Amino acid sequence: MAVVEPSSAMLAETVRVSVKKASAVPMLLLTGVVLYLIYAWNAFDITALLERAQLSKGALLVSDSIAYKTHVTKSFRGNELEVAIEGERTATYKQLPDWVEGTVDSFSVDLGEGYFVRVEGQGLEFEVPGYGTIRSKLVDKKIVTELPEGAVPTWLNARDVKLDARPTFSRRVQFTRAKIEIHKFDYGWENFWFPFNSVLHGKSFGELAGIAASSDRIEADTPNWLFILKSFWGNPDWQHGIVAVALFETILMAVLGTVTAAACALPLAFVAASNFNRNGAIRFVVRRIFDFVRGIDMLIWSLIFIRAFGLGPLTGSLAIAFTDTGSLGKLFSEALENIDRKQVEGVESTGANRWQRYRFGVIPQILPVFTSQFLYYVESNTRSATVIGALGAGGIGLVLVETMRTSRDWENTFYIIGLIIVMVFLMDGASSWLRRKLIAGGETR
Amino acid sequence: MVDVMRNQLGALESRRRLYTGLSLALLLAVVVSGYHEASQLNSGGFLQGLLKFFDYPAQIVSQAWDDGWEFWALFPRFLPALIETLNIAAVATIIGALFATILSLASSRNLEVPPVIIPAVRRVMDIMRAFPELIIALFLIFVLGASPVPAAIAVAFHTSGALGKLFSEVNENIDVKPLEGLKATGSNWLQRVRFGVIPQVLPNYSSYFLLRFEINVRASAILGFVGAGGIGTELSRAIGWGAGAETAALFLMLFLSIVAIDQLSSYLRRHFVGAENFK
Repeated sequence: MAVVEPSSAMLAETVRVSVKKASAVPMLLLTGVVLYLIYAWNAFDITALLERAQLSKGALLVSDSIAYKTHVTKSFRGNELEVAIEGERTATYKQLPDWVEGTVDSFSVDLGEGYFVRVEGQGLEFEVPGYGTIRSKLVDKKIVTELPEGAVPTWLNARDVKLDARPTFSRRVQFTRAKIEIHKFDYGWENFWFPFNSVLHGKSFGELAGIAASSDRIEADTPNWLFILKSFWGNPDWQHGIVAVALFETILMAVLGTVTAAACALPLAFVAASNFNRNGAIRFVVRRIFDFVRGIDMLIWSLIFIRAFGLGPLTGSLAIAFTDTGSLGKLFSEALENIDRKQVEGVESTGANRWQRYRFGVIPQILPVFTSQFLYYVESNTRSATVIGALGAGGIGLVLVETMRTSRDWENTFYIIGLIIVMVFLMDGASSWLRRKLIAGGETR
Repeated sequence: MVDVMRNQLGALESRRRLYTGLSLALLLAVVVSGYHEASQLNSGGFLQGLLKFFDYPAQIVSQAWDDGWEFWALFPRFLPALIETLNIAAVATIIGALFATILSLASSRNLEVPPVIIPAVRRVMDIMRAFPELIIALFLIFVLGASPVPAAIAVAFHTSGALGKLFSEVNENIDVKPLEGLKATGSNWLQRVRFGVIPQVLPNYSSYFLLRFEINVRASAILGFVGAGGIGTELSRAIGWGAGAETAALFLMLFLSIVAIDQLSSYLRRHFVGAENFK
């Protein structure tokens, strides 16, 4: 017993030392990472950013994407009263809806739940439950506002030039020297199927089917089903036709670019592989070409191609093709260098010529790598094509950025984002399904 | 008998060739019609574009040449922008790798995690991987304002999913004997991961980390173009103003840094996983 005691203590000591040693490297790494993140926190000025961040903007964006607003506008210059969805001329009510009553000189707007606006000449009264009545008038080109007693709530902003009151998300009243504008928000995507002023607007699916089947034509020279499709396709607010073409362009960019890259990379990979090309100088040159086109990066390639080829899918395809000739060429040449010589020798022993050796000895060995990398790149390039589209190459990326920039209707942005995600998921699913199908016994994941 | 077999084999062989030939022809038709279609949809045509291809590079190079020695003064001026892009990529890769480690530990079959959460975590990683960075970046730029943070978050989100999948593959290929040994000493799950898993996976993790860093530098540069800061934003400004020399300098800086990172990461990865395992 007396002999065992010290040795087990020594053993424990040895273990402790080696654990300490083993811990040293990860601890050092961890400290470095933490220090770097502290530096980055300062470099990105996150403290200031958090102060500036407008989280309400994000909430507004999300709620605005699932709601639409109807504008009730009275302009003083022409003395006109107009009720229009999103304030657009193409979506103006021909007859006032039942929640707006009266004429341009004196009318009332019922915003529901006790919120009520009365407009008389160049003045208004806004009844807000739980607060009181706000009275505003345009006197000598100034907006004079009478507020109920007490502190001014945060949703209210009354100045000489503008009155802006938004007691709830779905109700807003604005009064400027030029006009009175009342916004009423409702949930849903208005005019999604058909334009507001179309005869088809607001019809149910059953009614539409009836119209499509009937021989009583809405437009004399087109059958009804075609008219329905055309109205949907050409919907000016949602631009289904343009969006669909843009999605097609993006997928076209990804597929064409990757196919071209693979087709260029395969022959070049043979030249760059040491077991197929004995000439070191040429090998070196081809490898540097791979590094060069890859290093230039898709960003720079697409900027150059936009200048030369203008906007469109051709530009994106070529940018992808150039970059990925480098990436795929490198991968393929590495795969070629790792092939099994025996299979080639076996084919050679049957008296096969050079071409036959490649065809039956080499290609079957690299085909799984080739196929799986190709499919992986098609999928990942769908995402890249969306991004370089946003730089100006066209396709759905550009449509997204344009809609966001105008930020007129967030529901449109939301719709396009949804479509992009669906597109990417479908490409992802298709690519992994094909990978499983084509490479038997390969990836099971 | 042999003749019959040979005939059958011959028939099979020719049918197979027919299929291969047909599918190649189909692929060719798709490519040709695709390029035709793309050329139609494009605002500029293919041939006239080909002629103009070198115009723009030539124009910016000549403008850079006209600047003479002043051209080289542009490099220190744009260095902060380049560092910002590298910072976006580095922060995104680090945070992404941290999340990826957690996700991968929760989705490896050999680490005694409850089996119900494995497929769930895998689906989450699939979604994170497929979600386009551009959308997250644009949304966050709208909420947080133009700054590098939206880009870093967007890239980190994608990185978590992409690295998580690769890390979980690494986890599933480890030797479980050290884990059993640790279990015998009565260690808990965290200790087993710390002393049994991490030492085994660290070289491969580092290799994938470096590979991802390189990809993320490219991604951050592109996101800068839509307002996330860094070299992309400078590039977008220079191109918008038609400043050829500045554009040339930025192109060159981006190119050189990507090549340098590419070479450095290859070297380090070879060092981490050993030349024989290097892929």
